Amino acid sequence: MPAPELTDVTLTVNGVQHEITVEPRRLLSDALRHDLGLTGTHVGCEHGVCGACTVLVDGKPTRACLMFAVAAQDYAITTVEGLTRPDGSLSPVQQAFKDCHGLQCGFCTPGFLTTVAAGIEENPDPTEDEARDMIAGNLCRCTGYQNIVASVLRAAELQAGESEESA
Amino acid sequence: MKPAPFGYRRPGSLAEALTAYADASDAKIGAGGQSLIPLLSMRLASVAELIDINGIEELSRITVSEDGVRFGATVRHSDLLAHEQVAAVQPMIPAALHHVAHATIRNRGTTVGSIVHADASGEMPTVFALLDGRLTVQSVRGTRELAAPELFIGPLETSLAADEIATEVFLPALAPRHGVAFDEIARRHGDYALVGVGAVVGLDADGAIASVRAGYVSVSEVPTVVDLGEPLVGHRGEITDDALRAAGELALSHLEPEADIHATAHYRAQLVRVLTGRVVRAAYDDAVARSNRSEGTPSNARS
Repeated sequence: MPAPELTDVTLTVNGVQHEITVEPRRLLSDALRHDLGLTGTHVGCEHGVCGACTVLVDGKPTRACLMFAVAAQDYAITTVEGLTRPDGSLSPVQQAFKDCHGLQCGFCTPGFLTTVAAGIEENPDPTEDEARDMIAGNLCRCTGYQNIVASVLRAAELQAGESEESA
Repeated sequence: MKPAPFGYRRPGSLAEALTAYADASDAKIGAGGQSLIPLLSMRLASVAELIDINGIEELSRITVSEDGVRFGATVRHSDLLAHEQVAAVQPMIPAALHHVAHATIRNRGTTVGSIVHADASGEMPTVFALLDGRLTVQSVRGTRELAAPELFIGPLETSLAADEIATEVFLPALAPRHGVAFDEIARRHGDYALVGVGAVVGLDADGAIASVRAGYVSVSEVPTVVDLGEPLVGHRGEITDDALRAAGELALSHLEPEADIHATAHYRAQLVRVLTGRVVRAAYDDAVARSNRSEGTPSNARS
């Protein structure tokens, strides 16, 4: 078997540029975890169903397991690590999940956090139904979702409070 | 699992992509990847070379005119869904797109890719057939346009030649005095539909039903459109339950509901009956509402 083709890839993740050399078949989820050491992005089903690996691609929630790293070079990627403030404090979505017990084992949580972060940007004042719709593409096997829905609503409140303060 | 090794190339122009695809053996075109990458990861498919067309600027365009909506091969489902003029010209597009997977998948998956994936369990191949859409395919040998009956030749199988790239789709505008509806039933939100139905109902100048066509998801080997006019044409006012039941039976005579882990064939057939009635009635109501609206406004205001 011939040696696998390697290619140079530049990824922009959480505002930082990274140069890596990988095979074209390297999934973005694996590049983030193995090559960049950003293990906050979790890998569950690896075929787009569970939502654990969801990251933001130019601000839009996208499955990191359904993109190749080599095809992700044109975009600004945000992982769960990038949601935390520069001073290390929690973003409204992270704070809300903590406050409302929106997680138990935490495996699915990074995918929820990225999805909800983008979701409340797009819809800053979701109804409960809209909150459920927002997280419909993410699976959680611990919480039964009730506290996650509460976390989405709380995250929207916290975010609205912050934008009032800064206004 | 991980995909088997493959080569990768990202052409900057369509001409370059066409040449690369013609010269390659066992290559595959990649756009959104939301169907292809799982197939590669599960090793149900493998390719020697992946030709990534996301860098080809001209394939990312959406053009809306009075005649309809034209969109390129890298236009995401979410781009079409967010486009207000698309909804105004052909409301079936957003009505069906809302049912395509989850928002996260729609952010990356492409509508043209979904159509040429030719999955009869997908919404957009059926919408393409129902609306009499046209697919443009190009190769180094030239360009041709395909309609659904020529395109869909078997389960997950199209008539595209090994060197042809699907570059854009045109979906005609909704005609005056016509209405649309789309609905489906799935085990879980965002899952494949057990059965999905889209309908287009047309009225004559007096407000009576002139035409009814319905497209079906997940109950046939290839996307299937059935003319339901016979039991319904001429109706005015409330459509009777008997007429809708007859439409459901007529539809079933053209479909092949099958059993799988999610539903029995018998249950799928029942869903065809129920959804046909529900969706045809909704499309009729939509046609009445649109006719009333357009009568209230000058005809040149509609575009």
